[in-house]
Amino acid sequence: MTGTVNLWALAKRTAFYLLVLAIIVESVFPFYYAILTSFKAGTALFEVNYWPTMIAWDNYIAVFRNGSFPQNLMNSVIVAACTVALSLLFAVTAAYALSRVRFRGRSILLLTILSVSMFPQIAVLAGLFEVIRAFGLFNTLWGLIFSYTIFTLPFTVWVLTTFMRDLPIEIEEAAIVDGAKPWTIITRVFMPLMWPALVTTGLLAFIAAWNEFLFALTFTSSNSTRTVPVAIALLSGASQFEIPWGTIMAASVIVTVPLVVLVLIFQRKIISGLTAGGVKG
Amino acid sequence: MTELHLKDIRKSFGAVEVIKGVTLDIRSGEFMVFVGPSGCGKSTLLRLIAGLEDITSGTLEFDHDVVNGLSPSRRGIAMVFQSYALYPHMTVYDNMAFGMQLAKSSKEQVRQRVEKAAEMLQITPYLDRLPKQLSGGQRQRVAIGRAIVRDPKVFLFDEPLSNLDAALRVATRLEIAKLHHSMNNVTMIYVTHDQVEAMTLADRICVLRDGKIEQVGTPLELYENPQSLFVAGFIGSPKMNFLNGKFAERYRASTIGIRSEHIEVKERDGVWSGPVVHSEMLGSDSYIYVDVGSEEPLIVRQNGTTSKQLGEVLQLAPVGDNVHRFDQDGRPLASHSA
Repeated sequence: MTGTVNLWALAKRTAFYLLVLAIIVESVFPFYYAILTSFKAGTALFEVNYWPTMIAWDNYIAVFRNGSFPQNLMNSVIVAACTVALSLLFAVTAAYALSRVRFRGRSILLLTILSVSMFPQIAVLAGLFEVIRAFGLFNTLWGLIFSYTIFTLPFTVWVLTTFMRDLPIEIEEAAIVDGAKPWTIITRVFMPLMWPALVTTGLLAFIAAWNEFLFALTFTSSNSTRTVPVAIALLSGASQFEIPWGTIMAASVIVTVPLVVLVLIFQRKIISGLTAGGVKG
Repeated sequence: MTELHLKDIRKSFGAVEVIKGVTLDIRSGEFMVFVGPSGCGKSTLLRLIAGLEDITSGTLEFDHDVVNGLSPSRRGIAMVFQSYALYPHMTVYDNMAFGMQLAKSSKEQVRQRVEKAAEMLQITPYLDRLPKQLSGGQRQRVAIGRAIVRDPKVFLFDEPLSNLDAALRVATRLEIAKLHHSMNNVTMIYVTHDQVEAMTLADRICVLRDGKIEQVGTPLELYENPQSLFVAGFIGSPKMNFLNGKFAERYRASTIGIRSEHIEVKERDGVWSGPVVHSEMLGSDSYIYVDVGSEEPLIVRQNGTTSKQLGEVLQLAPVGDNVHRFDQDGRPLASHSA
C-alpha cells in the first residue's frame, strides 16, 4: 500500500521537475544557442551541435573592429539612460499631482494617459516622424529619447501614481507642517520611500529603450546615430549573399550582458526595498 | 504665549457643511481639548487651525493677526498625528531635525534643540534608530519630540493616544500633562473622542456635536453644570442616568439626569425602587444596575465592594440637590428643588 503511495508521489515530483525543466529550456535555449554560435568560427557555424565544441573570440573581435559598433553601443547607453532619467522625472512629478492634488478631470486624465499606450507603435510612426522632423530632431539621439519617453511615460506614470497613492497622507501632512514645499516633499520624503517602484519602472523603461527597433530604424539615417538593435540588423557580410551570423550573435550577446547585469544589481534593491516595508510610520 | 480667536468658522466639503459656524476664544497657554463623538468635526476643526484644510468662511486669528491664508509652517504650529506620521526612512534624529533643516537653521542650533527635546522625552538612546525599530509608545514620543523641536506657538494633538494600548495610554497621557506644565505658556489644542482623556488633561473642554459647539468650560463645569442633555450624557463615566416620562414629571421636567454617585440606597421610602439586575465590582467602587421600570437600569455607585445580591429589591433616592432637569429640547431647567 505504502509502496504505491510512494510511487505516486515520486511520479508527481518527477512530472513537476520535468515541467520546470521544459520551461527553463524553452526560455533559455535561444539565448544559449546565440552564445554558442557566437563562439564558433568559419564553417563550424553551419554545423548543428548543442555543446560548445570550440571557443573562438574571432566574432567578438570582428564586432569591435566594425567601425561604428562601439559608437552604436554608446548611443544606446545615452538614449536609454536619458529616457529613464526623463521619464522618471516627469512620472514622479506627474504622479504627485495625480495622486495628491485634487483637480477637475483627474481620473479622465489618468485614463487618457493609459490610452496613449494602447496604440501600436506603427500607428503613430508616420505622425511621430512628422513631429520629429518639425522639431529638427531627425537623425539625432534626441529624436529617439523624445519618442521613447512618450512611450514609457504612460506605464511609469501609472505605476508611480498607484504607489504614491498608497503612501500615508499623514506623512505628507507632517512634512507640510514642517514647512516642506511640494518639491521638497517629493525629493526628500516620497522618493526615498519609493525606491522599489522607481527601480522597477526605471529598469523596465531602460530595457524598452535599449531593445527598441522600429523607431530607431525610422528616425535615424546614419551609422553614427544608430542604436545597437538597428546596427545589429544592418550588419552585413563580405558579400550581399552572406549573412554574418557569427558577428550578429556576438553583438547580440554583448548587447544583452549589460541588461542582465543591471537586473541582477537592482533586483537585490527591489527585494530589499520591498521587505523593508518602510512605509508604515 | 499665543491666544487664538475663531470667529464664525465654517468648512464645507462640496455641498456638505462639516463645521457650521464655530466661535471660540482659546486663551494663551491654555490646554484646550476638543471632544465629541466621531464625525462631529473635531478633527476637521483642528486641521483648519493647523492650516491643512482651507477655511470656507470666518476668520482665524493668532494673537489678533488673521492667519487664514498662511501655510502651516508660517502659522508657527506643530502637530502630533494619530498615526505618528514619522518619516520611515529617516533616523529619529533626522525626523526631529527635518523641520529646522528646512528652515535653514545652523547645524549646531539644530543639534542642541533636538538633544534637549530628546532628553525631555527620554529618547536620547534611540536617536540613531529608524522608526520601524521603535515600539508604538516610543514612536509617539518621537512624534511629540518632533513637535517640540519646532518650538511652536501652538501645539496641536490629533488623537495622539488612540493607537496605544491601555497602559501606555495612561502613561503617555501623564507625559503630555507634564509637558504642558514644563513648557510654560505654550497653547495646546488636543482632539480626542475619549472623555476621560479630556477630563484629565484639559484646562477647558470644548464639546462639539455635529459641527457646532455644544458647550465650553472647565472639566468640572461640564461635569457639574452640563448645558445640554448631550453634554450631560457625554461627560462622565459611567454615563449619567437619564429618566423621562413619569419619573421626570414629578420633577416638572421632560428628562431628568442624575449621576451614579448621587444616588443612595435607603432602608425604606425610596423615590425609586426595583431589583438588582447586574453589578460590577471594580475594587475601589461598585456599580449596581437597578431596574426601576425606566428604559435603562439606573446605575448606582457605591464605595468599596457591595453585598447586594442579584434580584434583591432596593430603595433608591437622589442625594441632595443633584438632580439635573432638562426640557423637551434637551436644555437645562433652573436648578431643581423638588
